[in-house]
Amino acid sequence: MYKNLRWKFLIIGAVILIAGWAIIPPSQKIKLGLDLKGGVYLVMQVKTDDALQAETETAVEQIKEALRTASPPIPFTSVRATSLTEFTVEGVPPADAQRLPAVAEPIVGTAFNRDTAADGSPLFKMKPNIAVTRRSEAVNQALLTIDKRVNELGVAEPTVALYGSTGDQIVVSLPGMTDVDHAKRVIRSTARLDIKMVEGEAPDEKTLLAAHGGKTPEDMQVVPGSGNRDGTRSVYLLKKAPIVAGNELASAKITQDEIGAPAVAFSLKPGGVTKFSKATGENVGRQMAIVLDDRVQSAPRIQERISQADVRITGSFTPQEAQDLALVLRSGALPASLSYQQQTEIGPTLGADSVREGIYASLAGLALVTLFMLIYYKMAGINAFVSIVMNLLILLGFMSYLGAVMTLPGVAGLILTIGVGVDSNVLIFERIREELALKKGARQAVAAGFDRVFTTILDTHVASLISAGFLFQFGTGPIRGFATTLFFGLLTNVFTAVFVSRSLFELILSRKPAGSAAQHQHLSI
Amino acid sequence: MRIFQNPNYDFVRWRYHALAFSAILILTGLFTIVQRGGLPLGVDFSGGTVLTVQFNQPVSEDAVRAVVPNAKDASVQRIGPAAENKIMIRLPQAAEAVVDLEKAANDVKTALTAANIGSFEIRSTESIGPVMGADLRKKGIYATLASLGGILVYIWFRFRFSFALGAVVATFHDVIVTLIFLFWFGYDLSLNIVAALLTITGYSVNDTIVIFDRVRENQRTAKKRPLADVVNESVNQTLSRTVITAGMTFLAVIGLYLFGGEVLRGLAFTLLIGIVFGTYSTVFVASAIAIIMSPKVSNEPTASAAKARRA
Repeated sequence: MYKNLRWKFLIIGAVILIAGWAIIPPSQKIKLGLDLKGGVYLVMQVKTDDALQAETETAVEQIKEALRTASPPIPFTSVRATSLTEFTVEGVPPADAQRLPAVAEPIVGTAFNRDTAADGSPLFKMKPNIAVTRRSEAVNQALLTIDKRVNELGVAEPTVALYGSTGDQIVVSLPGMTDVDHAKRVIRSTARLDIKMVEGEAPDEKTLLAAHGGKTPEDMQVVPGSGNRDGTRSVYLLKKAPIVAGNELASAKITQDEIGAPAVAFSLKPGGVTKFSKATGENVGRQMAIVLDDRVQSAPRIQERISQADVRITGSFTPQEAQDLALVLRSGALPASLSYQQQTEIGPTLGADSVREGIYASLAGLALVTLFMLIYYKMAGINAFVSIVMNLLILLGFMSYLGAVMTLPGVAGLILTIGVGVDSNVLIFERIREELALKKGARQAVAAGFDRVFTTILDTHVASLISAGFLFQFGTGPIRGFATTLFFGLLTNVFTAVFVSRSLFELILSRKPAGSAAQHQHLSI
Repeated sequence: MRIFQNPNYDFVRWRYHALAFSAILILTGLFTIVQRGGLPLGVDFSGGTVLTVQFNQPVSEDAVRAVVPNAKDASVQRIGPAAENKIMIRLPQAAEAVVDLEKAANDVKTALTAANIGSFEIRSTESIGPVMGADLRKKGIYATLASLGGILVYIWFRFRFSFALGAVVATFHDVIVTLIFLFWFGYDLSLNIVAALLTITGYSVNDTIVIFDRVRENQRTAKKRPLADVVNESVNQTLSRTVITAGMTFLAVIGLYLFGGEVLRGLAFTLLIGIVFGTYSTVFVASAIAIIMSPKVSNEPTASAAKARRA
């Protein structure tokens, strides 16, 4: 009898060793979630409308340029966006109208369908598949950009991922990050950098537009300055079309301006250099504006053609601000702005307290349960204790090995795992008692008890696994931690409650002479 | 040591009384909830901001309330032991559609610093926008329904439809009753509590399956007995297991409730209530429904039961 006992204990020993190896030392191997470690958890929504709007506005500017440069030029009164994804060309004389498609098609034909507006002028509508693509591109680019920025923040194991079912949300978690405001500033900064020509500068908008009859001309825009050194703030009238756009930026680093204040220097890609050199050559003596996130950072006067582009952004930066600006410029602009949907900050002390409380609660639960099992099931209570502790050990080993994260609800999951383990043991013990009451011998009672209860344990565990699976599927962050512990706890429990506990019973029984009359009375249960 | 020596209580006789009791409890509960304007949602679901602030010296809730901006809508509440000086400040979601999530929390920090009521440390802040809240609410409901649906299918597959229905109705009953108690004891519905509710569904089904498994086993040996008798016998046979498991899980969770700290208390409370009613519903509700819903000529083994037997 029990020939395989040696093998069974070898397996059990091996499992304990592997699990032990996986979690030692626990402080390094068990990954703590944000709620236990402290840190920041952010959910952001990418405003993908911005990307569509930008696409439409670019098309508008390109069409205008093309109409002007066509030979002979096609006259028009206006080209303007009528919605996020539509724009019209108005006031084209009937004689020139038939040349319009040939001019427009090469430029916007891939992204826009041509239609006719109610007043008969051509209307361009963005193709629906293009709109969908632009939105998802915007989200993906935002994801990449945020990822780059977050990685430069120097936080251990940050995560940046798509979130939710709407497809435009991004979750960022920064465990151990303490300077929340700094993190948010870096992540959210749009960092859209353009260099544009200045058409006018004035202390306020009214003075600025006086020369243009109080209205902003069609191809220009009014942009506020970021503030001068003397505390005043100018308003600028700029050409809408940039001479160099942010995507032509090659690199950016922190530097100093001529009076030693922090500044940011950036260089351009070859294509950008060519454009920059041409534009500066044509506009010597005029001002150009370095526009960052819709603010004019500085508006230096062009002294001469600049053919090697090392541009410096100056302004009243603190060293930290200059460093952050260089960082966000390096990581590239966000294609669309972000809005925060959720933000959670956990201070490190709360995290440490939670870990302590979680350990106390688990130990208290384990102690109470063990005490009761020992009183109620006598020596068999030890079996239960061993199988539950092993269950916890294997569970933690599993989680460390898979890199699963332990969260506060995960701790609650551990305690529930204790409960599940107890339940399986109680089921088995009660059944063994029933079998003993039928005057079976101890060996038969143990065998029958485990065999009969196995289907019950299987059914209950599968049902609970279904719950845990859905919890994981629909849950977020910490709740997933709960589902993870519960899920693995259920799996390991089948091993410990059935295999380990049975082997222990068999070990005890193998030390008694088989078939002795008083055998079942010696089974302390 | 034994709690029950060969128990033989007539549980099944009380099935209609039990169903009536549950119905009255649920109706009264739902009535009070509706009357007082629905379940209070925590910031997880409604959107808003919660700050936990720990002061380094004693401070009164009123002193904090006096300096919190928009104190009219905010709730200021001491949490944990008095010696820890921990205060939780909840600010509901601002009405406007576009909200600055950072602003609410920063305003409180600024106001507390300016008020000079003592040095403090911000332990945690949590801000959730309204879109997010609605999204999480939807997910919570989906998760609960999907998990009940999955369990229904599994038990249907393993046992038979009337049993599956009994188990799912009992589980749904437990979720509703637990929600009612949460409401009566003033807990807000949070993500942690939803997790606990899902655990309750698992636990309650677990309990029910143990009895159904025994019913299936007993039906094999005594095919000609009425279902009600077999169910009653099975409930009695598994009674000590039901009570001991419930008792011990209760003990483990009591530990969590007492020592688990501020964050997990709602979760632990939910589990405690759920364990008590999960046990009750297993004994009274699930079997009652299974008996009532089973075809009256259930003496012949049904097709699905026969299939399960072979399995």
